[in-house]
Amino acid sequence: MLRFLLTRILSAIPTMLIVTMAIFALMRIIPGDPAALMLGDMAQPGQLEELRARMGLDKPLPVQFATWLGNVLTGDFGKSTATGEAVLPLIFERFSVSATVVLVAVLFASLIAVPAGMIAAWRQNRLSDVMIVGTATLFLSIPSFWLGLMLLTIFGLWLGWLPVVGYVSVADNLGDGLLYLIMPVMTLVMVEAGAITRMARASTIEVARLEYITHARAKGLSERAVMWRHAFRNAFAPTWTLIGLILGSLLANIAVTETVFTIPGLGRMLIDGIFARDYPVVQGCMLFIAFLYVAVNLLVDLIYPLLDPRVTA
Amino acid sequence: MSVLGLKMPALRLNGLLGALILGSVVLIAIFGPLLVSGDPMALDFAARLKGPMSGHPLGGDEFGRDVMLRLIHGARTSIWIAFFTTCFAVAGGLAIGILAGFLRGWVDRVLMMFNDALLAFPGLLLALGFMAVFGASRQGIIIALGLAYMPVVVRVVRGTVLSLREREFVEASRVMGNSELTTMFRHILPNCLAPVTVLATTMFGWVILAESALSFLGLGVPPPEPSWGNMLSTARPYAGQAPHLIFLPGLCISVTLLGVNMFGDAVRDWLDPKMQG
Repeated sequence: MLRFLLTRILSAIPTMLIVTMAIFALMRIIPGDPAALMLGDMAQPGQLEELRARMGLDKPLPVQFATWLGNVLTGDFGKSTATGEAVLPLIFERFSVSATVVLVAVLFASLIAVPAGMIAAWRQNRLSDVMIVGTATLFLSIPSFWLGLMLLTIFGLWLGWLPVVGYVSVADNLGDGLLYLIMPVMTLVMVEAGAITRMARASTIEVARLEYITHARAKGLSERAVMWRHAFRNAFAPTWTLIGLILGSLLANIAVTETVFTIPGLGRMLIDGIFARDYPVVQGCMLFIAFLYVAVNLLVDLIYPLLDPRVTA
Repeated sequence: MSVLGLKMPALRLNGLLGALILGSVVLIAIFGPLLVSGDPMALDFAARLKGPMSGHPLGGDEFGRDVMLRLIHGARTSIWIAFFTTCFAVAGGLAIGILAGFLRGWVDRVLMMFNDALLAFPGLLLALGFMAVFGASRQGIIIALGLAYMPVVVRVVRGTVLSLREREFVEASRVMGNSELTTMFRHILPNCLAPVTVLATTMFGWVILAESALSFLGLGVPPPEPSWGNMLSTARPYAGQAPHLIFLPGLCISVTLLGVNMFGDAVRDWLDPKMQG
């Protein structure tokens, strides 16, 4: 068990190293000299060389990478070229907003979708199964930004029940904060529940065909006991992986939902950074999101053996 | 099981319906602009933010451009980008996956190290990064999304090749004196096509969704060229006055995706016997 944990944790290190290299390389392929971009058109002839030297841009690429990596590891993500603010504290601030929305949404989506998928599997090919799978496929086909815009139009503009623009943190004002959370969370729940439902159904069906389930039935256990005690438990493990993947990828996809509802989250920070050509911000956000994604997947893998003891063997 | 009676027809019906939807969208994308002539950029201020009216069956947008024409041209944009992106990702993924899986050794290790690192990015994040490099344009999207989804194809192809290369028919090809290249093309490649087809159908849907999301964010197809995603984005401020501008492009995306998903499920059940329950 300890060995499994250690190998899995260590295997994440080279992945992260290449991820940082990829992000560094990506930022260097972007056309245009960051120093020239910062100075603008009004630069004096000597100024560019001076700034390039100050930013370390005159050094060879491996040296630049090593310097940057060293800074990143000590928590220095650089300063935004647009505002001059340090990037990392800004990321943390924006992340707390995104994380609230994503965590609440994934929690609700799982609570709805996992039982729905298992019921569908239990009633495989009956009417309730066809209806659940049909609804899941339908929601899977609706883009989050469209769903969001429709909710916004109906509940925000026509009915006037919910606020349309802006964001209030739950930490600052619980009542208002919750009000601002309803539509973004509803959007993400509807979209993500589709995928989780289908996964929960598929893995339950897979498990239900195994011999130990036949054995449990042969022992004379009731169908309810077979499903509850034997099938559902093991079927949850693959679904758990998908929930982890969704949790991770939502941190990137949330940019779209944050744009719809004008939420000042991490995704929006990344998009604004791309538009403003604010490379320290883009680099920092991408690194942070990729790192979280790797960390979430690692965490999912580490919890997996608790759900499915066969994995460590 | 007793349920067999329901299962097959339901599945076939779904697949048929999906193929029908997807087929119509593709036909509209190819022939629509030829059948319904007109300029999707032409302005008609009388139709600005109006619902269906004579001359504009689906109304006009915020500049008075014909919504129906723009939706038809948007279909062409979406299908065009999805097709070329999927081809690019599949071709690249097949090449790298077969090379890595068949040659093994250090080639495999190096390729997989980079592949796994790229897989460590969420797809859209990688695409956003590439868009920052290539800039918002059709070609930019095709390259960015193609590169973002290629690692998934590589994984699947390599896995298939690894199991294939131990099979007797591959050994037989070697014994017959065929070169490694011939064995790869004649015997390994054709056997990878089934899982790749399953993946490509799913990916076609991912790309349509991702392209419209990028365009919605302003990092995809640049306006005024119509795409379903950027139509939604430019219509956002007018959602209250002209809800049809929000409703219609999104409906197009959803219906297309529903077609792709239903068709994809059928293709998977057909080609991947493991999933048949």
